[in-house]
Amino acid sequence: MAKWLRAYGDREGDGMVQMTFTLAILPGDRAREAAKRFAEAHGLKDPLVTTMEQCSQQHTYFVAYGHSAHQVDIDDIDVAELAAKPLSREQIEAMGKELGRKIVVVGACTGSDAHTVGIDAILNYKGFAGEKGLESYKCFDAHNLGAQVENVELAERAKALGADAILVSQVITQRNCHKENAAALIDLLKKQGVRDKFLLLLGGPRIDNKLALELGYEGGFGPGTKPSTVAAFVAEEILRRARGKQVDPRR
Amino acid sequence: MAKVPLDHATVDACRAAAAAIADDVQRFIDRHTTVGIERTVARAYGVTGADPEGTPLANALVDRIHKAGHTGRGVAYFLGRALLEGASSAQEAAEQIAYGGATLDVEGGPTTNECRGALELETQRAIARIDEARRARERFKSRFPEPELPLKYVIVATGNIYDDAVQAKAARFAGADIVAVIRATAQSLLDYVPEGPTTEGYGGTYATQENFRIIRKAADEASEETGKYLAQTNYSSGLCMSEIAWMAAVERLDMLLNDAMYGILFRDINMERTFVDQYFSRRIVARSGIVINTGEDNYLTTADAVEKAHTVLASQFINEAFARRAGLSDDQMGLGHAFEIDPWLEDSFLFEVAQAQLIRQIFDKHPIKWMPPTKFKTGDVFHSHVHDAMFNLAGIMTHQSIELLGMFSEAIHTPLLMDRFLALKSAKYIFGTARHLGDEIQWKPGGIVERRAKEVLHKAHELLDQVKGDGIWDAIGGGAFGDVKRKRTGGKGHAGVAARDPEYLNPILDELEGGR
Repeated sequence: MAKWLRAYGDREGDGMVQMTFTLAILPGDRAREAAKRFAEAHGLKDPLVTTMEQCSQQHTYFVAYGHSAHQVDIDDIDVAELAAKPLSREQIEAMGKELGRKIVVVGACTGSDAHTVGIDAILNYKGFAGEKGLESYKCFDAHNLGAQVENVELAERAKALGADAILVSQVITQRNCHKENAAALIDLLKKQGVRDKFLLLLGGPRIDNKLALELGYEGGFGPGTKPSTVAAFVAEEILRRARGKQVDPRR
Repeated sequence: MAKVPLDHATVDACRAAAAAIADDVQRFIDRHTTVGIERTVARAYGVTGADPEGTPLANALVDRIHKAGHTGRGVAYFLGRALLEGASSAQEAAEQIAYGGATLDVEGGPTTNECRGALELETQRAIARIDEARRARERFKSRFPEPELPLKYVIVATGNIYDDAVQAKAARFAGADIVAVIRATAQSLLDYVPEGPTTEGYGGTYATQENFRIIRKAADEASEETGKYLAQTNYSSGLCMSEIAWMAAVERLDMLLNDAMYGILFRDINMERTFVDQYFSRRIVARSGIVINTGEDNYLTTADAVEKAHTVLASQFINEAFARRAGLSDDQMGLGHAFEIDPWLEDSFLFEVAQAQLIRQIFDKHPIKWMPPTKFKTGDVFHSHVHDAMFNLAGIMTHQSIELLGMFSEAIHTPLLMDRFLALKSAKYIFGTARHLGDEIQWKPGGIVERRAKEVLHKAHELLDQVKGDGIWDAIGGGAFGDVKRKRTGGKGHAGVAARDPEYLNPILDELEGGR
């Protein structure tokens, strides 16, 4: 049974939405018509261009309102809710408290990858998008090994530090080297017989959960992932394991 | 006038404590150099270019000297010696040492003074280069009217320097006074400055000398087109703090983000490295007439903005003390702070105003840099725009000097063209409509604003006394600033610090220090 959703403005089914955008044209009657057609092309019926203002030497800023013709069937949406639901810092710290020790996390950009932006965003104090990284949590002992770390070295450091979780960041994607390199770490750990000692997570702009699972990781995080999402995932999983549930049902 | 009562004795005591803190570190600074400083000296002598893999010659040169354990002699010693031995220029000397396998034996050979003599002309030429750039900037700028304060500062961060140039010009059109090209994320951790123009970057655009030149040209064009000067700023921070300062000085930048402690706290760069580097970078900045922007605003993104407001003020005193030791005048010190209190906290606006006013009065000759809310920004752009409006109101009321405008898309993406346009439009409106608000009102004696200002100053004084007692090395180790703890020998870049040899040669620094 389809269940349709339309945008709600003032009355059921009016489909009212607003749009703001800039076009590379100077203000004028043609520009107004261009903005109107642009809005119509997006499915807005009877669009009203409410603002048209020059915002650079060659651009104009527009605000438009209109009735969106579009609707979505929510019964047709099949999206798995993230295992780690958004948790507050307090909730994450509380899990750490329950665990009774710090969760040791080791992260690195492996192989030739010199792009630490992702791993820094997740691990470093400064964090990302106004959210502090794992370093800022009391419940984590976070080690950022930085860039160009070889798999062998990462494995050694993780063992030496007694890591609970290993975070691998792969940014460079030339000729699928990110996949090969990420998979090679799993092989290495298996060969060393320590694969199951660690929670292994993969992150990067071309990574999603599905790909990470395929490569043998427990989870994958794509662009825009916030530190708290990773923190919650790690804390929940480590706590779950500590409670004696050894095998991750998602694997 | 809406002033807060100021206990001048406490302010003086804060300055005295900050002076003692900085003097302690300055003794260390004066006995050390770093690979970053030596690369800067090499660049000042005209060493330029990179190998096919992109390693700058300045790095290849200094790395070889560093590996041989001779950084403490100063790169100038080796360049001067090569000139005495027949190299035709510092560039040729650098190539010989970096790639040609020239000997690095420091026994025998010419004396340090002879090497200094060989570089005499080159040294004068280097200093003249930044002096001339300063004059050129001042000449050009004098053709335009003085802008009204607060200066409206916006960022561009497309990743492609040519797009940045277009966006910078658009920003001037929309009313910006200052444009910053945000650096690519993590450039601060690169121990080299990339070469040439760059068109790919994540979260920003690489700071390179060529990129500086491209934006300067665009900013000058925009100034001409609109009849109002567009100032340019970038980041003299991270492992290449002083190299960037040099490039900025040469390319006529107006401002630089430059902080004595930011790299330590927020980029985990080694403490000794940062303190030594900041000094040389600021010597260059002082000579160039560049205005620095310090980074205390960041403390409030990691620590609570109500509880830790005094750490901002304490750090400003420390940044001021370090800046004075590097020869900066008060009007070059854009001490930073921010509007970062939880907006849903009752009377948070009054707390913000109290702090802004307090800082305005304490640092009355300084071009105070006021940063917008970021920490409590969400993807709700409409609410974000209102939040920024309150920030603008506090800024104009308290007469801040440089205001980095908040963007309603903060926490979503780097600003789009229209985001900047709307931010500038809002600032223009609020700065105009409330222009003299601060001059017309008085705070209630003993009221919230006065009490808050008093409390912040008092706590800053306590903290400074404590830091003075512990020494800054241990104070940072204990998390005195931004709640971030760093160890003296930890962090990145420590291996690049070297003790100065008794025969250390750095004629550029000598000249910047006043030819001593």
